[in-house]
This record gives sequence, structure tokens and C-alpha cells, in this order.
Amino acid sequence: MSTLSLTGVSRWYGNVVAVNDISMVLGPGVTGLLGPNGAGKTTLLHMMAGFLAPSRGTVTLDDEPTWRNPDVYRRLGLVSEREAVQGFLTAYEFVLASAKLHRLPDPAAAARRAIDLVELESAQDRRIGTYSKGMRQRARVAAALVHDPQVLLLDEPFNGMDPRQRLHMMQLLHTLGDAGRTILFSSHILEEVEQVSGTVQVMVAGRLAASGDFRTIRRLMTNRPHVFAVRSTDDRALAVALIAEPSVSGVELDPTGLTVRAGDYGAFTRALPRIALNKGIRVRQLVPSDESLESVFSYLVEA
Amino acid sequence: MSTVTWITARGLFGRRRFLLLLPLPLVLLGLAVLCRSLGVDPGEWGPPVLVGLGLAVVLPVVALIIGTGVLGAEIDDGTVVHILTKPLPRWQIVLPKLAVAAGVTAVTVAVPLYVAGVLADSVRLGLALAVAAALGALAYSALFLALSLVTRRPVLLGLVYVLIWEGLLGNFVSGTKVLSIQQYVIALADRIAPTGLLETSVSVPVASVMTALVSVGFTVLAIDRLRSFSVAGETS
Repeated sequence: MSTLSLTGVSRWYGNVVAVNDISMVLGPGVTGLLGPNGAGKTTLLHMMAGFLAPSRGTVTLDDEPTWRNPDVYRRLGLVSEREAVQGFLTAYEFVLASAKLHRLPDPAAAARRAIDLVELESAQDRRIGTYSKGMRQRARVAAALVHDPQVLLLDEPFNGMDPRQRLHMMQLLHTLGDAGRTILFSSHILEEVEQVSGTVQVMVAGRLAASGDFRTIRRLMTNRPHVFAVRSTDDRALAVALIAEPSVSGVELDPTGLTVRAGDYGAFTRALPRIALNKGIRVRQLVPSDESLESVFSYLVEA
Repeated sequence: MSTVTWITARGLFGRRRFLLLLPLPLVLLGLAVLCRSLGVDPGEWGPPVLVGLGLAVVLPVVALIIGTGVLGAEIDDGTVVHILTKPLPRWQIVLPKLAVAAGVTAVTVAVPLYVAGVLADSVRLGLALAVAAALGALAYSALFLALSLVTRRPVLLGLVYVLIWEGLLGNFVSGTKVLSIQQYVIALADRIAPTGLLETSVSVPVASVMTALVSVGFTVLAIDRLRSFSVAGETS
């Protein structure tokens, strides 16, 4: 069992702060690192993996720093986001080379075991250059797992995978986590994290916005107010009718139409047609605004 | 053969870039054979072909292509991460890569130089050129390997060194020749086989010491830089 600890970690490039004062402790099990693109997830993962020095703070694996310390790779595996593989090697050669570089006592057996684990046996003697994106990803996971590391870091591991491969990868992460490995994977897709991990760390704009049990965070996300832009034949009459509706928490009237804030997404969208029909108003436009993941995340930061 | 050596060699020969190595040595060889068969006086064609083309262009350019390729190509495409996430002391990564770069450069350049040297003068000159070129290959490879870790544009900087520093400034500012691997190679070759074909401008002790210093110094620099190698994210 290994523990990865971050204490007050920041990283800046010139005067751009990529990671801002993050502290967390990762223990056995699967943890999802969730955040929109550009939130600093990759920078954080690279610092965890010893590929970047923190500008401030410390990153340690079982009390040893990960920066400038190649020995940590005996216990740590990394699957980076960049889809970089030596396309001229077969998957078996590629994983075997990893096993040899780790100086494992029986590299051939370790390579076969890792390839079995990601279900790549049937294609293992083909050059990686001929693989699909998902297969290449699995070959890289096999190489990262060949020495059976205690800690596995994966940067956007589900990118480019088809649903079946995705499911398989999720099962693999579950199995590893249940076996007491410390697994951290990053993702910008909420549903992915929901399916794989119970614990999440949410990153927004370089900061840790939320951390803990996924269900709690999900509830925070769904209960936030939703904003809609509405245009109709009689905006003022519609506004009057809407404000009487319990699911509506605010209405703003401006020359281009209405901005409606609703506490309950479902109740509001069901109520609107009924109200319009009763009042004889024709709704010309209903656009949920501000539904991007970024806005969900920034809501979390403010919450 | 170590795994790093094996991967490096496969990477080198597996990329198309490798084909770039062939034309220059072939031109050198072709010119030497042509001059010899037309009966041109070696005193006339020797210096421009052996030094002007062989030592001033073929050797550094081949070393540049290979030296920046053994590690630089892996840094460019991101595959370097695979080797770096292993519990290897960094010298165990740099030294095999340097060995491959220097070895392949030496073979690629020494063979045509040997043949050209034999055609121009004697077997002794051929051997002298081959040995000196091999030593030069080591120094150039160490330099270009370190460059690929120090800058994101190793090829450009390497070309500036070869073409501007050694090629251009060497002709006008004689002091720059003390810091020119090309001049060390010429001095060493001339020491092994003294002929009138090679014109030296640095002494043999300076050439020997500087070749060793450049080779060792840049290797140590490369190892140190690899220890603190940072991988930037796609977005940053």
C-alpha cells in the first residue's frame, strides 16, 4: 500500500499559475481527478509523476519526493495523455522492453501477464503503428502495469476509446483499486468519473474546488440554479406567470426577452409549456444558457 | 546489448530521417572516386574534398542528424516518457544513447573518409581520417545530444554552430578555431598521418584535451539535464 501526498503544491509558468496551492492525500482505491480542459490536471499529474518540479510545496510518495528521484518508478506507473508509442515495435516488444528496463526477474512472464490484463493477446505481435487509438492506449497501460506498481496515474485514459474498451478499462481500474492499488485518473467528463470512482477531486482553474464522495458533489452540481433564455409573444405576461411558479427563483425582463433562473431543472421545463398554454402565450425560444462544464465547475468553486 | 541501446537503434533506423544520412557520404565517396579516376592531382582535390566536404560538412551534419535524433526525436514525439518512467539512473539512459549516436556517426562517416583518404594519398591517411573522424563523432554527438536536452531547437542551434561558428567565423576570426571540433579532428588526423593535404590551426595537445573535455563535459551536462527533465502538458 502506498500513499501519494501533496502539500501546498503550486506550479506557475512565468506569471501564469497552472496549479494553485493544492493539498491532497491519495490512498488505496480509485480516485477521479475531474476538471474542465486547462484546469491544470495534467500539470498536477506530471508533478505527481516526477516530471515537473513544484514551484512551491512538496509531492511525496511514501515520504520520498517524486522529483529527481527515478527510484519512485519502482512503485509508480504513469499513462500520459500524449498518445506516444514507438509505432515500430509490436505490443509485446514494447511491454517486454518496459519489463527489462524495470529489471524484472522474469521480463517475458511479466510482459505476458500485463498484456493479458489489458486483453491484447490476439494483437500482441502486430506493430503498434497499426493499432486503433484504444488499442494503443491499452498497450501503454500494459507497459505502465508491467511491474505491478502500487500507484498508477492515468491522464485522460478514456480518450478515444469505444464504449466496450471504455467499460473494460473501467473494470480494470476497479479491479486494481479493489486490490489495494492507489489509482488516480483524470477526466473532463463527469459521467466517466461517476462510473469509475467513488472519490473525486475536482479541479477548476488550478485550484482544488471540491473533494470527497462523488454523490455529494453530484448533488451540489444538480441542485445549482439553472439559467434559461426565453422569448415569447408576451414576455411581461409570461414573467408574471412564471414568478408564481415554485421552481422559478428569479425572472429578469430585458428588451431581448426573459432570463429565468430555475432551482429545479425538471419541474421548470415541465411547467413552462403548461403556463404558456394557459395564458395563450406562444414561446418562441427556450435556451438553457450556461450549461457548459466550466460553468458547473465554477459554480462549485463559489459554493 | 542494453534495452535502451536496442530501442534507440530501432528508433534511429526505423525513422525515415535515417535516409537523410546516405546522400552526404555518397557524394564524398563519389567525388573522391571521380577525381582519382580523372587523374586530378590529389594536392588539388584533397583539401576541398577531404576537409571542405568530409570534415567540415559530412561529419558534423551526419552527427547532427543522429545526435539530435537519438533523444531529441523521442522528446519531440513524447515517447521519452516510457524510458523516463523507469527506475534507471539517468546516466544509464544517456550513455547508451551517446554510444549509439557516436557509433553510427563514426561508421557512416569514417568509411567514406577512409576510402577518400586512401585514394588521395595512402592507407595511412585513410586510417588517420577514419580514427580522427571517429573521435570527432564522439565529441559532436555529446554536444548535439546535450543540445537536444538544453533547447527545443537543437537542430537549428547545431546548424548555427556548424555553419556559422565553425564554417564562417573560423575563416575570419582565428580565435574561434580553438573552440571548433572540426579543427581538433584536422589536427588529430594530421598528427597520425602528416601530409601536406591537411592544414592545422590548433596544436595536437589542445586538440586532444579539448576533444576529451567536450565529450565528457557535454555528456555530464546531458545527464544532469535529464535528471531534471520536465514534461509540459499539451495545454500548457
